[in-house]
Amino acid sequence: MASYDAVVIGAGHNSLVCAAYLARAGRKVLVVERRERIGGAAVTEEVFPGFRFSVFSYVVSLLRPEIIRELELPRHGLHILPLESTFTPLPDGNYLAQWNDHDQNRRELARHSLRDAEAYDEFGLMLHQMARAVKPLLAMAPPDPTSLSFGDLMGMKRLGEHFRGLGVKRFSMLTKLLTMSSADFLDEWFESEPLKATKSASGIIGTLLGPRSPGTAYVLLHHYMGELDGVFRAWGFAKGGNGSVTAAIAGAAQAAGAEIRTAAPVAQVLVKHGRARGVLLDDGEEIGAKLVVSGADPRRTFLGLVGEQHLPGPFVDSIRRFRFRGSSAKVNLALGELPDFAALPGRGPHLRGAVSISPSVDYLERAYDEAKYGEYSKRPYMDIVIPSLLDPQMAPPGKHVMSIFVQYAPYQLNGGWTDARREAFGDTVVDTLAQYAPNLKNAILHRQVVTPADIERIVGLSEGNIFQGELSLQQMFFLRPVPAWAKYRTPVSALWQCGAGTHPGGGVMGASGRNAAMQILGRS
Amino acid sequence: MASSYELSHEREYHAIRSAAALLDVSPLYKYRVRGKDAARLLHLVVTRSVEDMKVGQVGYTPWCDAAGKVLDDGTIARLGEREFRMTAAEPNLRWLEDNAVGLDVSVEDVSDSLAALALQGPASRIILEEIDLKYFRIADTTFRGIPVQVSRTGYTGDLGFELWVRKERALALWDALIEAGTPYGIVPAGMLALDVARIEAGLMLIDVDYVPARKALIDSQTSSPFELDLAWTVNLQKERFVGREALAAEAARGPQWQFVGVEIEWQSLERLYAEVGLATRLPATAWRTSVPIYSGGEQAGYATSGGWSPLLKKYVALAHLQSKWAAPGTGLEIEITVEHRRKRAGARVVKKPFFDPERKRG
Repeated sequence: MASYDAVVIGAGHNSLVCAAYLARAGRKVLVVERRERIGGAAVTEEVFPGFRFSVFSYVVSLLRPEIIRELELPRHGLHILPLESTFTPLPDGNYLAQWNDHDQNRRELARHSLRDAEAYDEFGLMLHQMARAVKPLLAMAPPDPTSLSFGDLMGMKRLGEHFRGLGVKRFSMLTKLLTMSSADFLDEWFESEPLKATKSASGIIGTLLGPRSPGTAYVLLHHYMGELDGVFRAWGFAKGGNGSVTAAIAGAAQAAGAEIRTAAPVAQVLVKHGRARGVLLDDGEEIGAKLVVSGADPRRTFLGLVGEQHLPGPFVDSIRRFRFRGSSAKVNLALGELPDFAALPGRGPHLRGAVSISPSVDYLERAYDEAKYGEYSKRPYMDIVIPSLLDPQMAPPGKHVMSIFVQYAPYQLNGGWTDARREAFGDTVVDTLAQYAPNLKNAILHRQVVTPADIERIVGLSEGNIFQGELSLQQMFFLRPVPAWAKYRTPVSALWQCGAGTHPGGGVMGASGRNAAMQILGRS
Repeated sequence: MASSYELSHEREYHAIRSAAALLDVSPLYKYRVRGKDAARLLHLVVTRSVEDMKVGQVGYTPWCDAAGKVLDDGTIARLGEREFRMTAAEPNLRWLEDNAVGLDVSVEDVSDSLAALALQGPASRIILEEIDLKYFRIADTTFRGIPVQVSRTGYTGDLGFELWVRKERALALWDALIEAGTPYGIVPAGMLALDVARIEAGLMLIDVDYVPARKALIDSQTSSPFELDLAWTVNLQKERFVGREALAAEAARGPQWQFVGVEIEWQSLERLYAEVGLATRLPATAWRTSVPIYSGGEQAGYATSGGWSPLLKKYVALAHLQSKWAAPGTGLEIEITVEHRRKRAGARVVKKPFFDPERKRG
């Protein structure tokens, strides 16, 4: 039986980050991946000849700058290209664009509302301060307020001091962000519908919640984190697609001595006398290790790979109740020509940023209403990018790839997902977008539709939840994934978790992987 | 040269590193040097060897005054046995003519009649129809029917070419390149983007990183090629060239100053900003000011240009350091202004170029 200091289950970005830090600390590390390729949900695949797609996750927005620096990811091929703008076409033929350039942006906003144009800067400043207030929490193992252990008490004390240092005004703003719906929160700042809708959309990504559901304001902040780093620019589009992000992390891990095996699905975590001893692969091979780190989500890890018999009953109950409810789908299009938006025709700079189908808060909430009752949205929210405009190598010369992130497509669809319903959903997405870009249908050369059921089947994310569990307040911080087990440890000794199902959660962030490694190494 | 063609230079910079950028470098000074003694003249003027250059070869070189101090730097292309083209950042006609006394050579200023476009970036070769041209070589060709000379040269440290064309055809060439390059993501780029790229490439800029000897008000402002990390361009085997004696003497005693790469340490920056309650701020464009660098209580030297590398995610600078502090890995401190106050951030001497992709020469 081969023996390692640590075997890491899965080769998604968090697993690879964790493996890289462990290997850099001199540990003998093996990463085992079920698929024939590394990357988890951050992969680039040539789905159609010449057309390369970030099949699942499609932008870099939250990747922690300290990980980029410490693992020297640029040296391993990471090149983040800027996404410049957000363009929201409207059904009445108008549009709202948000530009990078301050004055250009202000002039555009003023076209819709002079008040909003003024409020925009203040809003940005407020979010910046809030993000700074929350940022220290990202890099720490969350202290447990219910625990009386010295470490937890000290952690809570530090946290208390941190929050007291914010002052009353900022602390009350933070409280609002933690409790309000994104729509209500934005109502306090803006009046223009497309602006509110487009901004509130970042509060609903990955959740089965609507913009008027309480708690979504925090998710909005979660997504703003990446912008805090300003010129460092940790957000944008990874040249070569999101597969190049995980390839760079894997490069860093391998350079530090970690081994990576693909097409090596784990059947179970070997547990003896309450302690993890290694893993058993599907083909019967046993790999011994002093510790096992799972990058799989909590349900898969505990109910699938460990088994209930090795776990306390209440813990198993909590894991069963951990909510996934995947609600996001992807439609990837190979295009013969660029989409031509009726609201802003031609090949302008608006095509180089995100295109958001979010004309009003009502539009988004209606899209959610259908999902609530088990149907996909007939008029869905979409976040669209055209990576080939930023990185022409993603498509043959003159041709393009389009990535459409769609909500809502509930995992628990009435009657379940079938091939026919997947394609019908794809038609709905294309039909909706074609109302804004009439040439779209004729431009489509190939189409790939990825539902939450597909995400679960291909990548192994339970219920296709892109964050390894909903980013809702009752599943955040010291509650992620389960109270008392939020510090990357598990009830099984020598078994650790490092996936996005732990604090601070999802997005191609890597913080869970790094925090887990720091805990394992006894650094905090 | 334009600063940028868009409101921000950011996309132009990334085009240089990930697709292709087109830059109008026509403002360069260009001299056509022809005649029986053309090679002799240039051999006499510049520090590197010219007489043994092959036809079709291009060489980068500085040239010095009699005291061995750099006057300017540029490229020399051998277009024929008896014909060269020299590029320069400053006017040099008088200097060339003064040195040509008694030689059978004609020097013609073709700065205005000859345009130059730089096509730089990983997609530049495919846009030029997979042109087969080695690093620092030049060839006559046509691009979409337009006669051009193409050299595998540039100022970005990336795969790239410079196209030399009669001014009457320059606009047509620009349009043809944009058209051919559009499927590959070509973007017109200006000086702001180029400045970031050339710093990453460790390439110095006249008037910024060194004062040309002709403009120096005091001797200490001048630099020798050795002090600019250009020892590799100085061929002391040559019997005669301007500045030879002074340079030979300096080579023997070793230069007092060296021109090096410096990396400013992130943790140190972050700490300085955190002390005043701010997130780390980075410059959005490259800077071109003289910034003191210290070793303990002593001033070890000064940086002359620097900036944030969006690709490497590193804050880098080009600096002049006294030789004893110039070894790679040496820990130093660089002055930085944080909220109106002068602070010192940790910095480290690193090897230039900061960025050196295989494709540049490959």
